[in-house]
Amino acid sequence: MNSQVTIAGVTFKNPVMTASGTFGSGMEYSDFVDLNKLGAVVTKGVANVPWEGNPTPRIAEVYGGMLNAIGLQNPGIDVFVERDIPFLKKYDTRIIVNVCGKTVEDYLEVVERLGDQPVDMLEINVSCPNVKEGAIAFGQKPDSLYDITSRIKKIARQPVIMKLSPNVTDIAEMALAAEAAGADALSMINTITGMKIDIHKKKFVLANKTGGMSGPAIKPVAVRMVYQAAQAVKIPIIGMGGIANAENAIEFLLAGASAVAVGAMNFVNPYTTVEVAEGIEAYMQKYGIEKVSDLIGAVEG
Amino acid sequence: MAQKKKVKAKIVSQKQIAEQIYDLWLETKLAKDAHPGQFVAVYPHDQSTLLPRPISICEVSEDKKKLRLVYRVAGKGTAEFASYGAGDVLEILGVLGNGFPIDKAKGKQVFLIGGGIGIPPMLELAKQLHGKKQILLGYRDKDLFLQEDLARYGDVYVATEDGSVGTQGNVMDIIKSYGLQADVIMACGPMPMLRAIKKYAEEKEIKAYISLEERMACGVGACLGCVCRTTKTDAHSHVHNARICTDGPVFEAREVDI
Repeated sequence: MNSQVTIAGVTFKNPVMTASGTFGSGMEYSDFVDLNKLGAVVTKGVANVPWEGNPTPRIAEVYGGMLNAIGLQNPGIDVFVERDIPFLKKYDTRIIVNVCGKTVEDYLEVVERLGDQPVDMLEINVSCPNVKEGAIAFGQKPDSLYDITSRIKKIARQPVIMKLSPNVTDIAEMALAAEAAGADALSMINTITGMKIDIHKKKFVLANKTGGMSGPAIKPVAVRMVYQAAQAVKIPIIGMGGIANAENAIEFLLAGASAVAVGAMNFVNPYTTVEVAEGIEAYMQKYGIEKVSDLIGAVEG
Repeated sequence: MAQKKKVKAKIVSQKQIAEQIYDLWLETKLAKDAHPGQFVAVYPHDQSTLLPRPISICEVSEDKKKLRLVYRVAGKGTAEFASYGAGDVLEILGVLGNGFPIDKAKGKQVFLIGGGIGIPPMLELAKQLHGKKQILLGYRDKDLFLQEDLARYGDVYVATEDGSVGTQGNVMDIIKSYGLQADVIMACGPMPMLRAIKKYAEEKEIKAYISLEERMACGVGACLGCVCRTTKTDAHSHVHNARICTDGPVFEAREVDI
C-alpha cells in the first residue's frame, strides 16, 4: 500500500497536512501529534515584518463551525527563520510556509528571504478575509491573481501553491488565472466571509465585524469548489474546508484534490491529522486500493 | 510543565449551587498536575457547538484524582454540561495556562479577590496559599456561592451590587469600607473589576496578579484567538499580544494593557 503523493515534484509521505493558521508552526500541537506522521506542516502566515493582528474578540462560534478574525498576527520573517524553521527541521515531515503581505512587494520580500531556507514549498495567502489591505484583494480578481502569481513565480526558489478564496463568483476562473501565471499548485478553500451578531447586546460578536468561517459546516462548499477547480486546471490541488475525519478527507481526494489539510478541527480534536492519515489507510485496505493517488479525482459520473 | 492531554473524564457528581451556577466534580488523571488559576477546556458532545469551553479549576481533591469545576451556564455548550450527572463522561483538554504564582505571596498579606464567575479559582488558590489571606468576593445579589468553602481558608468579605448581603457595591468598596491593606493581590473576575484592581495596585505600588479571559478556540496557543494587549513585546509574535490561554491566563497587572 502506498500513501505517498507528489505535488510539483515534492513527495509527501501521506496526503495529510495542516491548514495554515490552525497549527502555528507545529510547536503547540507537538504535545498531541507526532509531527513525523504528517505529510506536511503548513505554517501560520508569515509577513516581512511582525503583524499585530486584529482587536479581540477574534473568535466566534457558529452552528457547526466558527468564525475567526485573527488578522494574521505573526512574528515576521526574521523570527520565523530563526525559530520556526529550525524547530520543524527536527521532524521528518515536509515544510510548507504560508506567506502573507499587504503589498506585492511584501510578499516578494518574504519569498526572497525564504529562497535559501530549507522549506519544501511556499503557499501564498491571497485569500485571508480578515486584513484590510492586501491579502484577499489579490485573490478576488483574476487579473490581480495572475499578476501577483507571475511576479512571485519569477523569484521563488521553491514550488508555489496559490491559496484561493471561496469568496468569488467563479472559482474555475480564479484557478485558471493562477495556473496560467505559472502556479505549481493550488490550495482551497480559505475561509468563507461570515458575520455573527449578539442580539442581546445588539453588537457584532467579532471586533472586526466580519470573520472567516471554517469547520464542518463549510465542507460541502469546499468539496464543490475543489471539484470545479480540478475540472478546470491540470495543476494539483490541496483540498481543505471542514475536514474532521478520514471519510471527509477521502471526499476531497475523490473530488480531485491530491492532498488534504485539516484546519479548524485541530481545535476540536488535536489528534485529527493523524487520525485522518490512519483512516485513509484503513479505507485503502478495505477497498483494496494500492496507491492513494488512485483516489485523486476518482469520483464517477 | 506537564504534557497537555485530551482525556475522557467521568462525572463524579454535579449539582446546581446558585442561579445558573453548577458545581461539577470530575474524575481525571489531569488533576495530578493541576495548579490554582489553571483551566481545562471542556468539549460539548453536540457537534453543532464545536469549540471547547475554557473553565477554571475550582478545586483539586486531596487524593489528586478529581477536579472540581464551578461554572455558569452562559450558552448552549455549558447548558449541555449542566444536563449531565454522575457516571456521564465529558471530554476535557488540560491542564492549560500558567496559574497563580503562589510563591509571590509567601510571608505577605494577600487579597484574594473574586467577582462573579471569577470566584471559583480562588478556592484552590486559598487552599494552597499559606499566610494571612483576606478573601474579597463580589456578587450580584444574595444568591451567593462558594463563600462557605472559602471561609475555611481565610477571612471572607462579601459585596453585593444590590446590597442584599455585605457591603453594597463591589469588591473595591469592601477595601474602602473596612480600610483593608495588602502587599499582594490575586484576582479573577469581570474586566471592570480587574481594571479597578490594576489601578489600585499601581497607586499602592503593590503587585496584582489578575486572571483574564477571552473567547478561545484551540486553548493551546496555536490559533492566536485569545490575545490581550501587553505593555512589553510578547515572546511569541514579537508584537504586543500575549496569548491568554498559554502565556496567561494569569498576568502581573502591570504587564497588560486592559
